[in-house]
Amino acid sequence: MIKTIVSEGLPIDERLIIKKNIIKGNKEGHKRICIVTGTHGDELEGQYVCFELNRLLNENLHFLKGTVEIYPALNPLGIDSVKRGIPTFDLDMNRIFPGEEGGHLIEHIVYQITEDLKGADMVIDIHASNIFLREMPQVRISIEMAEKLVPFAQMLNIDFVWVHDAATVLQSTLSHSLNSKNTPTLVVEMGIGMRITREYGDRLIEGIFKMMSEMDMWDGPVVDVVSEPELSTNGEVCFLNADTSGIILPNISHSMYVKKGDLLCKIVDPLEGKVLQEILSPVNGTVFTLRTYPVVYEGSLVARIFSTEKCK
Amino acid sequence: MREEILLQMKSPYRDDFKIRAFRFGEGKKSMAIVGSLRGDEVQQQFICSQLVKNLIELEKNGCILPGHEIMVIPSANHFSMNINKRFWAMDNTDINRMFPGYENGETTQRIASAIFESVKDYKYGIQLASYYIPGQFIPHVRMMDTGYQNTNIAKRFGLPYIFIRDPKPYDTTVLNYNWQVFGTQAFSIFSGDTNNINKDTAKITWISILRFMHKSKIINFPMHDGFISKTISDTDTVTVKSDDAGILYALKGAGDEVKKGDLLAKILDPFTGATRSQILSPVKGAIFFAHQKPLIHQNSVLFKIINW
Repeated sequence: MIKTIVSEGLPIDERLIIKKNIIKGNKEGHKRICIVTGTHGDELEGQYVCFELNRLLNENLHFLKGTVEIYPALNPLGIDSVKRGIPTFDLDMNRIFPGEEGGHLIEHIVYQITEDLKGADMVIDIHASNIFLREMPQVRISIEMAEKLVPFAQMLNIDFVWVHDAATVLQSTLSHSLNSKNTPTLVVEMGIGMRITREYGDRLIEGIFKMMSEMDMWDGPVVDVVSEPELSTNGEVCFLNADTSGIILPNISHSMYVKKGDLLCKIVDPLEGKVLQEILSPVNGTVFTLRTYPVVYEGSLVARIFSTEKCK
Repeated sequence: MREEILLQMKSPYRDDFKIRAFRFGEGKKSMAIVGSLRGDEVQQQFICSQLVKNLIELEKNGCILPGHEIMVIPSANHFSMNINKRFWAMDNTDINRMFPGYENGETTQRIASAIFESVKDYKYGIQLASYYIPGQFIPHVRMMDTGYQNTNIAKRFGLPYIFIRDPKPYDTTVLNYNWQVFGTQAFSIFSGDTNNINKDTAKITWISILRFMHKSKIINFPMHDGFISKTISDTDTVTVKSDDAGILYALKGAGDEVKKGDLLAKILDPFTGATRSQILSPVKGAIFFAHQKPLIHQNSVLFKIINW
């Protein structure tokens, strides 16, 4: 059942509409799991997940207990206009949760979204990095929620769980807002902006069904074994930034295991044909974030490596 | 005056990106002024240019009091200003949400770090700010309620209002907030306009900054005292939102005094011109903020009215 959760007038002959699909199982069940995506309009990996999940659930409602709600587009204007943010609004949508009932249009919309998701037994918020960086399928969890959420993250068939420090600015995210309202919420990051990586989507869908089975919401077939993700607390995340501006030529593939001293990429100057910088791995570890957008400025993030060694 | 480059960065194909600072006087770091952090903050850029012009004259005439240094950074994002973008040209990030910055971080974190390292030890800090909703304000000084703010000092600007607001989590990475946390008395000045130059409100603003410096005994520049500032917060203002969408036909603007029931604006059907909604003032007061764009979405903030 398609339900409209937000409908606000735009100036000329259009409404800003946010919809969800409520899929109710044929079996008795009270639990609700919500799959949300499309907060950032340039992150599209979640669209394939929403489609496949919809299809598989609707073909197998006899296995479903409870309800799955799918929200493909929290930022429909952004998705449709190839814009990360909400057109006409300055702030990142994922930095104004829980929103404000009496606030400006977007703050009001965010409030309505929060109210609609609140109380679910699990929310999975699917992100896809940005247009610059490819991410290994991972779940990101704030340290204060780690004990509660890591076991769920480990069910999702992903490769990495990044438990990060609490930062005040992240208190305005969808996930923090819902977690602080006792609505367990996991943030999945995978793939890259403006693309769909079906392999990642298929893996996540297997993980979602596995989770649903563990939550006693799904009686149907599930994969026997899901990927056992690395846990960031077992090591350190190393950040590698460009020291110079230019064009980046990677020497490795994403998700590769690299050794200390391996050449990760070169930054070059196409005008003079010079190599401006060679970026070497400082550690042995797995490249879970890799820049694919070729233009870099000084400071641009080039890669993130997870290592069991110290970064410096 | 001493001009220096705080940050110089090569770009892939454009000219080098440079952030320039202009220093006046010698001695204690007394006042730092930061202009445009975003590419559409042209009013802010203009105000800084007029401040620099005035300070050059004051310094020549020996009117910068001994033992005080003033620094002005007129522009931190002309790479975006030159191509009509608001946020950082490459990755669309907001420099004013990267503070205190990180010198080994991403590009705009490095820019924020270079700026913050230069401004953080000043006694007073002024940022010429812009709002996240397009519109016009009565010129005012804005401070965040961090526990470090001092409204008595803010009265030295002689602006009509001092607005104290509760910081939200996303404010913890703006310049003003970090300035306060690191011990600078920080003020955000909203001059009224952003992406165009309003000479009247711009002059009110740069004069208010010179007035502040005179009253803080940093410069010798006697002038009238300006307004007796009234301190207000969100609880003193009433927000008027649009109940429909369409063409905004505004009849009142920032600074207008209104009575309860006054017609503030109409929302018109963009096809027939018919009035879809009449926006009436819910209270007697003064319009503090007025939405400025010609089109309005439903449920958007139209006016903020100080409730007398």
